[in-house]
Amino acid sequence: MPDLKQRCIAVYDWFEQRLGLGAPMIEAAEHEVPSNTSSWWYVFGSAATVILVLQVMTGIMLALVYAPTASNAWNSLQFLDHNVRLGWFLRAIHGWGSDFMVAIVLIHMAQVFVFGAYKFPRELTWIIGVCLLLMTLGMAFTGQVLRFDQDAYWGLGIGASILSRVPLIGGALVDVMLGGPIIAGPTLSRFFALHVFVIPGLLLTLVGLHVWMVLRLGINDWPMPGRLVKKSTYVREYHELTQKTGIPFVPDAAWKDAIFAAAVMLAVIACALWFGPFGPTGQPDPTLIQTAPKPDFAFLWIYAVLAYLPPSIETPVMFIAPVLGIGGLLLLPLLSPEGEKHWSRRPVAVLMITVIAVTLGAFTRLGMYTPWSPIMNAWTSDPIPVAYLHDRTPLEREGAIVLQNKQCRNCHSIGGEGGLRGPTLDAIASRMTEDQIIRQVLQGGGNMPSYGNALSPSETDALVHFLETLRGNNLAPAIDASRHMVLTSEPNTPPPTGH
Amino acid sequence: MIPSEQIPPSDPAATTEQAANHKSAGHSRRVFLFKLSLLVNGAVGAVMAVPILGYLLGPAVKKTASDNSWINLGPLSDFPEGETRLVNYRNPVTTRWDGQTGDIPCWVRRVSGSTFQVFAINCAHLGCPVRWFAQSELFLCPCHGGAYYANGARASGPPERGLFEYDHKIDGGNLMISAGRMPTLANQARMEPPLTQIEVSGSTARLAGVEQPKPRCSSCPT
Repeated sequence: MPDLKQRCIAVYDWFEQRLGLGAPMIEAAEHEVPSNTSSWWYVFGSAATVILVLQVMTGIMLALVYAPTASNAWNSLQFLDHNVRLGWFLRAIHGWGSDFMVAIVLIHMAQVFVFGAYKFPRELTWIIGVCLLLMTLGMAFTGQVLRFDQDAYWGLGIGASILSRVPLIGGALVDVMLGGPIIAGPTLSRFFALHVFVIPGLLLTLVGLHVWMVLRLGINDWPMPGRLVKKSTYVREYHELTQKTGIPFVPDAAWKDAIFAAAVMLAVIACALWFGPFGPTGQPDPTLIQTAPKPDFAFLWIYAVLAYLPPSIETPVMFIAPVLGIGGLLLLPLLSPEGEKHWSRRPVAVLMITVIAVTLGAFTRLGMYTPWSPIMNAWTSDPIPVAYLHDRTPLEREGAIVLQNKQCRNCHSIGGEGGLRGPTLDAIASRMTEDQIIRQVLQGGGNMPSYGNALSPSETDALVHFLETLRGNNLAPAIDASRHMVLTSEPNTPPPTGH
Repeated sequence: MIPSEQIPPSDPAATTEQAANHKSAGHSRRVFLFKLSLLVNGAVGAVMAVPILGYLLGPAVKKTASDNSWINLGPLSDFPEGETRLVNYRNPVTTRWDGQTGDIPCWVRRVSGSTFQVFAINCAHLGCPVRWFAQSELFLCPCHGGAYYANGARASGPPERGLFEYDHKIDGGNLMISAGRMPTLANQARMEPPLTQIEVSGSTARLAGVEQPKPRCSSCPT
């Protein structure tokens, strides 16, 4: 045994003499960090790196089978899911890994922001981190495109339509993005190159720089209220802190990173086993238009924002907001490189992160059930509740048929079924008078198309009579007070003739 | 040049001062050569950049019109008057590995006789596939709920204009359309008036239509 051990050491020494990497790596691993950085809050960066490695490895394995051509990509994913042993599992891990990576990168960023870790001397670490976030999102989007299904196809259409709104060069940008006049083979090849070569190359390079700077500048010490960052004294103070309380990163601090990374990997594996791979949804055949395209989880909030922006300001917001947002993130450490780090003395920072998190969460939630989208088959699949047809006149029941036939249900729900784009109709007659309903149906307005051309007078009559019966739990019908006055006062004072 | 290079080996006993002189002379010469090499590499890089940029930007440099060509959608008898039908065509510009993505649908509306409208499938908002609902005479978009009337005009929702229309003609009893590119706001929008005009003129016209008759009716004897 000692003989074997000695031989191993000899082999190591042989390589070490030629490579010279072992000693500096061990030194880097064992470098001293302030003991207060050994915290469960400091584990997200290393977890993101571990998931990146997982993504690279599973990505390479998927590329062994995936056929990056428009005519075969979808079929090759089906083949992976059903014909390749454990192909579905690798796809699931790669897909869930991407969601976890986006989430952990965002959590890492929020933690760094709340802990003031972007301040001097770690400004560039933060700036490169912002680039890493953008690239992670870029990987998520291009990866969704490689899952070349209906969502991917129409997602590319959305991307091209957004680009086409860029003033002056919009058309050229669309051509460069698509690689041709339509979304087709060259488009997929482009996104394959981006997803597999361009972005990963940049991503790994920048991750290397990011980690290098963490090693060089030291892990951010735990913020203390009142301990201000000053460019003139910070490095010396950090040095003193490290000397006073330093512990070797490996193993004294790194065990938490390792445990958390393992937990995250287990979570990815569990999700992959439990939920399986993402899609692919329908074939990327644009002639199959019976589809409601939706982006992946990380982009649902953008999908929601694009639904709610008023048309008149949509294009400016689309291009100015990202510039301001990303520019703000990049400039943040340059604008406030000094001062307080502790969250209890940075109320604006805490408020900002809260507002951003709540906003993203709310829009993502909305993106999950898309209340703005018409439900295309509601008119044929959701019946009128029987209760609404009891004790109704033939004309009113005819109106219910008109309501169904004219696809009103696609945007309006009744009895909890149907679209959410327009108001629910269960109690419509308690909110609108007969005249108001007629006007709204025929002329539209307030985001409702006008049905004047699509309804005959008798259909309108029947529809309005049916709607007049919808008063919730027998609420009082809406009345036009002035009409009442006119009707009761008419006999006494005849209206003036002429104008 | 050559003597200075040959001096050190031929005269190993040279004084340090001489060596330093020779070294600095050689140094400045090598610095010059290094700068020259940078220049040469810069020139080579510039020469390389031309084909690389041309390759990358190739799709954008091509003339728009060259992608569009006339496509036969079928005989007029395929399109009953007053109906709007989904028609698929093979895009004129394709690669052999495009697969199904080269098949493009469009909505053909025969208003009457030889009057047609051919709408792109792509919503004018963000390009999702709009669906025709004959009963309510509306095109609806599944993505963000854009709605259009039978004639393609914007009805409601986030689109800022009506549906994109293909140029069409009737040739030998067949309906032909000029297509080849994915329609977007960049290559189709300029023909249309900008949004503010649509909104303002539309709403004022509607207001005029709504409000003018009302006082007349309320003041008129019933």
